[in-house]
This record gives sequence, C-alpha cells and structure tokens, in this order.
Amino acid sequence: MLRKQLRPAIVLTLLLCVITGVVYPGIVTGLAQVLFPHQANGSLVTANGRVVGSALIGQTFTRPEYFHPRPSAAGNGYDASASSGTNKGPTDRKLADTLIAGAIDDAIKNNGAVKGSIPADMVTSSASGLDPDISPANAFLQVARVARARQADSARVRTLVEQHITGRQFGFFGEPRVNVLLLNIALDSVLPRPAAAR
Amino acid sequence: MTANGWLQILFFSACVLLVAKPLGKYLVRVYDGSVRWLAPVERGIYRLGGVDPAEDQHWTRYAGAMLLFSLATMLLTYIVLRLQHLLPLNPQHFAAVTDRQAFETSASFTTNTNWQSYVGESVMSYFSQMTQLAFHNFASAAVGIACAVALVRGIARKSAGKIGNFWVDLVRGTLYVLIPLSLVVALILVQQGAIQNFAKYLEVTTLEGAKQVIAMGPVASQEAIKQLGTNGGGFFNANAAHPFENPTPWTNFWSMFAIFMIPSALTYFLGRMVKNQKHGWAVWAAMFTLFFAGVATAYWAEARGNPIHAAHGIDVASSATNPGGNMEGKEVRFGIANSALYATVTTDASCGAVNAMHDSFTPIGGMVPLVNMQLGEVVFGGVGAGLYGMLMMVVLTVFIAGLMVGRTPEYLGKKIQAREVQMAMLYVLVFPAAILTMTAISVLVAPGLAGLNNAGPHGLSEILYAFSSTAANNGSAFAGLTGTTYYYNTMLGLNTLIGRFAMMVPMLALAGFLAEKKASPESAGTFPVTTPLFVVLLVGVVLIVSALTFFPALSLGPLVEHLMMLKGGLF
Repeated sequence: MLRKQLRPAIVLTLLLCVITGVVYPGIVTGLAQVLFPHQANGSLVTANGRVVGSALIGQTFTRPEYFHPRPSAAGNGYDASASSGTNKGPTDRKLADTLIAGAIDDAIKNNGAVKGSIPADMVTSSASGLDPDISPANAFLQVARVARARQADSARVRTLVEQHITGRQFGFFGEPRVNVLLLNIALDSVLPRPAAAR
Repeated sequence: MTANGWLQILFFSACVLLVAKPLGKYLVRVYDGSVRWLAPVERGIYRLGGVDPAEDQHWTRYAGAMLLFSLATMLLTYIVLRLQHLLPLNPQHFAAVTDRQAFETSASFTTNTNWQSYVGESVMSYFSQMTQLAFHNFASAAVGIACAVALVRGIARKSAGKIGNFWVDLVRGTLYVLIPLSLVVALILVQQGAIQNFAKYLEVTTLEGAKQVIAMGPVASQEAIKQLGTNGGGFFNANAAHPFENPTPWTNFWSMFAIFMIPSALTYFLGRMVKNQKHGWAVWAAMFTLFFAGVATAYWAEARGNPIHAAHGIDVASSATNPGGNMEGKEVRFGIANSALYATVTTDASCGAVNAMHDSFTPIGGMVPLVNMQLGEVVFGGVGAGLYGMLMMVVLTVFIAGLMVGRTPEYLGKKIQAREVQMAMLYVLVFPAAILTMTAISVLVAPGLAGLNNAGPHGLSEILYAFSSTAANNGSAFAGLTGTTYYYNTMLGLNTLIGRFAMMVPMLALAGFLAEKKASPESAGTFPVTTPLFVVLLVGVVLIVSALTFFPALSLGPLVEHLMMLKGGLF
C-alpha cells in the first residue's frame, strides 16, 4: 500500500521545495528590490559620504561626546553577525551583581544618574544585542555628559534629542524611543566635536 | 502595566476575532475544492506526482502518506545541510552542518518545531535557509492543517470510511492559503525594514571608526511563513528580536497576527464543516480564555520587574519616557507589553518565534510560555495542530461530562466509545511522558547538566523548557541552554519526532473511527457543546490534565525561583 505513495512523496517533496523554496523567495526578492530597495538592502545610512552602518542595527559608542546604546551581548558588543541576548535568568548572580550592577555604576559615574531612577533599558541588555534604540529617559540622562564633551549648550543637545524621539507607531503601537546612530550623526553635523576630542 | 499596553493587547485580540470568519470561510472553500485560481499548477503537480485527486483515503492511507512525505522532506534536508559547502548561494562559505545538528534541524523543521541549536547567521547558507528551512515552514504547516482538516471531516462525515486525500490537502493548503498570505506579509515586513537580498555580509566602519560586520540574506520571505505557519525558526539567532526580522512595532503586530490568523480561522472552519457554528465559536472562546489569562499574567509579571534589579537602582515604574519593568532581554521598540504579548502568542500557538528572550523573563513571566506549551499547544495552537489538539480535549470533555451524568457520551451526534477514548488518551499521555522522562534523564546525567547557562531552579526550568518546547513542536527556548552537543541534539531531535508523529497517528485514527460512525439525532440527553458551561468544562479539562502532570516539575522550577527572587536569592 505504501509503495504506491512513494512516488507522490518524492515528487511532491521536490516540487514543493522548488515552488516554496525558490520561486516564492525569488518573487519576494524581486518585488522587494523594485518596490523597497533601501529597506531590502538593510536601511543603510551614510555620513560624510561613507556608509557608517544600518539605521536598524545598533553599534558601539564609548566616547563621551556620543550617546551610548544599551549593553549588548552580541559577540563583543553589537556584533551584527552574532545576534544574542545574555539569556541570564532573573536570579542569576552574574546578571544582577556584575552586569547590571556594573552598568549602574557606570551610569552613576558618567551621567550622574541617581540610584532608584535609572531607566530600565539603560543597564539591561537587549534581546538581539543589536537594539538600535534607547528610551527617551535614557537619552535625556546622557544629555549633560554629551554637552560637556562637545563644549555645547546642553539645552541645544536636549532639543536635538527631543527631535529624535520616535513616538508610538500610528499613535499606539510599540514604545517611544530614540535611535542612537541617527541621533549621533545629527549631533556631529549640528554640534561638531571640538578639535581636541577628534 | 499601562493603559496603552492594554490597548495594544485588546486591539490584537479584536483582530484575532475578526479574522476568524472571513478566513475560515475561505478555508472551507479551499479544502472542499471550490477555490481554483491556480488550477493549472495544481493539476500539473498531481500529474507529475501520480496523484489521483479524486481518491478518498482511509485514515491508515492518509496517515501513511503523511508519514512518507514527512520522511522524504526530512531526508532531503539532512542531505542538503550536510552538503551545504558544495551548494550555491553560500557567500560566507559556511562549512557543512555537522551530522548531529543536521539531524536535529531536519527533524525539528519537519515537525513544525523549528528548535534551533545553530546560530543562523554563522552556520546556514542562504541556499539552506531558503530551499530547506523555509520550504519546511510551508510543508510542515500544510501537513498540520491537512491533518486538522481530516479530523474535522471525520467528525462531520457520517457512516463514511474515508477522511479525504492527503496529497490534495497538502497542495491546496500550500498554494491557496500559505503562499498568498506569505507574499502579503513579506511585503509589509520589507516595507518596514526587514531585509530581502542575497548580498555578502556587509562590512562597515562605524561612526567611532570600529569595524562592524552586518549579516544579510533573504529574510522577509522566510519571516512571513515562519509566522503564518507557526514554525518560528528565525533567520538569525535572535529570531524576531533581530531588527532585520522585526524592525518596527507594526511588523511586530503583523508577526503576532500572522501567528494566530490561521488557528483562529480554523475554529470557524470547524463550525462550518460540522454545521454547528456555535460549537466553532465555543472552541474559539475556550482558546481565547486561556490566551487572555496567559497574557495578563505575563504582562503583570514583566511590568512589575525584578525586585533584585530594582534594589540595585533600576526604576521599574513605567512612564512616558521609561519602559520600566524587566527590560533584560527585551527590545526598546517593543517594551514590556509587546514582549509579554508576543511570548504568550508564540507559545500558545506552537510558533516559537521570540521577540524577547524568555530565559531572562521573571520566573512567573517565563512560566507562562512554559505552561502554554505544556497545555499541549491547544490555545489556538500550531496551524492545524492547535485545532486537532483541542478537539482531543473536546472528546475528553464530552466523555468526562457523560460519565458525570451516567450517559453514553456523544459528540455532535456520534457516540464516543472505548476506541475513541483510547486514542484521545494515547494522544494526551504521550506528550507528558516524553517531556517528563527526558527532563528527568537530563538532570541525572552529566551531558544533560553540561549545557546549563543558569544555576539553581532556573537551570531546571531551562531543561524542562527545552523538552516541553520540542515535544510541543514549539521551538522557542530558554536559550541559555547550550544545545549543540551530541546529547541534546539527539534527545531534542527525537523528542520533536515523538511530539509530532506519535500524537498525529492516534489523532488520525480517531478521525477514521469517527468517520465510520452513524450520527444519531440530538436528544434531551445530549451534552450541548455550544454553551458557556461547555466552554468552562473544556478549559477546566485542559488545565487539569496539564496541571496534574506538570505541577510538580513547575513547583521545583519557576515557582520556587519566584519565591527565591522575592527573598533576593541569587545563584
């Protein structure tokens, strides 16, 4: 009985493999490249005439004159070929006492943050390790440091942050956020770094 | 918890409700053969495959065809993954996938599980992703729906011996349901920023002058069917948390909606087919009740945050500018509400895609996905698998209700007798037996413990989660567990096969048994399967069956961890 089913099993495996595994993604790729080429190729952003990354993928910033992203567990940090979270659980000692406590110490030292009012995203790692965004509260907390490093008026930096807050999509989907890379590119063009810091 | 968070959850719920009828009606027309706009393609496939589309199959033949097809797809994938280095579309020159990982991956994708022990962006070529993994996303989903359709036919038909034609159900589901819906969803994803290309990984110099390598690939096409087919296997390691898979809150909504779309519509399909639409809605209501209880619990737990981290200084109160709660392993654009909702949806529906890392959820927040899977994936459930799983529970409910009043149990006019209950019980028992036995073995042997990323009760949760996820054909993970060992690749791969086929075959047998039965007209003594009382009993049976089997394990894992967390205990 099963022998008669062997031919359809093999032939349909191969046919459906071609239809769903070659034809379908081929059509999607064709349409995507024609209709939305910028997005389909990674939403790349340029600054000073060169590609500096993707608007959707976070990258490491450590210098004081830039806004800093969240901690990242992707590779050595924001490795966009090795996405990952920490996968540490809620009672994990390393997560609580090393990763989060360490990030909190940095936030206090660098940004003058106050214990008890540290934004939740500032000291926790994202799921992908590539989170391009920080919360508005996180960004505001970094304004003074960035302004100082750029010898700029902190009100101007704050205004720039406010301009870069992306609200909830269509008014209610998701959460308000600030794209770190786009904000930093805008900073460089509006408030260039002092020569000494370059 | 915020008003906006609840608004998003309610909006999502409304969409799941509203899609049931139109899509359900369309499914009826697809599976009765009246949708025909790709008839030439369909006919060509049948001719090449030697399929007689008019043939109606006995359940043994239907099950045999399903098993043979699944075996053929699994072998093909194993071969391709092992030969990946010789095949095209491999711009990063990845080596062949190892034998153990190729076994587990092909088993896992064949069974609609999509448990991934590999890191997509550093192991799989574009060729393997597209032609094998995405192909399985379609095929395993179409198989799941086909089997649910066969069971519904068995319930609806009277004094028939046959439950349909597997090959026709497989082809029609793929061509008329999965491909068109995937095309639409894929384009929405790309428009929002999901990538779709065959380029080499991009090397850029960042603003600070460092090197960053950005993984590329045909992502959106795979992402769409991964959600619609409740498969869940991500293109990238971070799955739907990766911005190239799920770039915005709008894509996040569509991802979740795509997961629940077909399972919700199948309840309407059930009502239509058995000519008792109220019964279809009663099943929907039972599913929705369990879903809502899950999301409310997860949202509450995650929004409350982790008191240990709060004591270090994190502000866990949410405000207009601070997401608050437990943000470890979550993305800022999704925040707490969408992460809790996604986790509930993906584990209710045996999808297993994640937009946040379940391993880093609070103990209660992480227990919700775990329990959802242990309910047997009947809360909307995997495409097809959810409906047939819930119908097994319906049979048990009717049986138990019959016992309580001392009557021969009847389901929609058909007597439920020893054979039917045996099959339903086999279906229900295989599942916890596989999970608990394998978990117990793994905590006793060295290679089982070697993979842990967390100590204490959370370590037990990681192992329990892995076996629950694979037996339930879910595929999400407490991802800290290192699964790339011979031990875990083998055990988890076997578990996916048990959780799929050792449950599908008794289910199809039940379909065949029911199809043979005469239907007697409803009488005053018939237990109505359309009332709120029925919904309550059904929810009760689902909860009691799983609570009795899994409560001891849960109390040693997440429950004790929750109590430890409240006392500040660390491991």
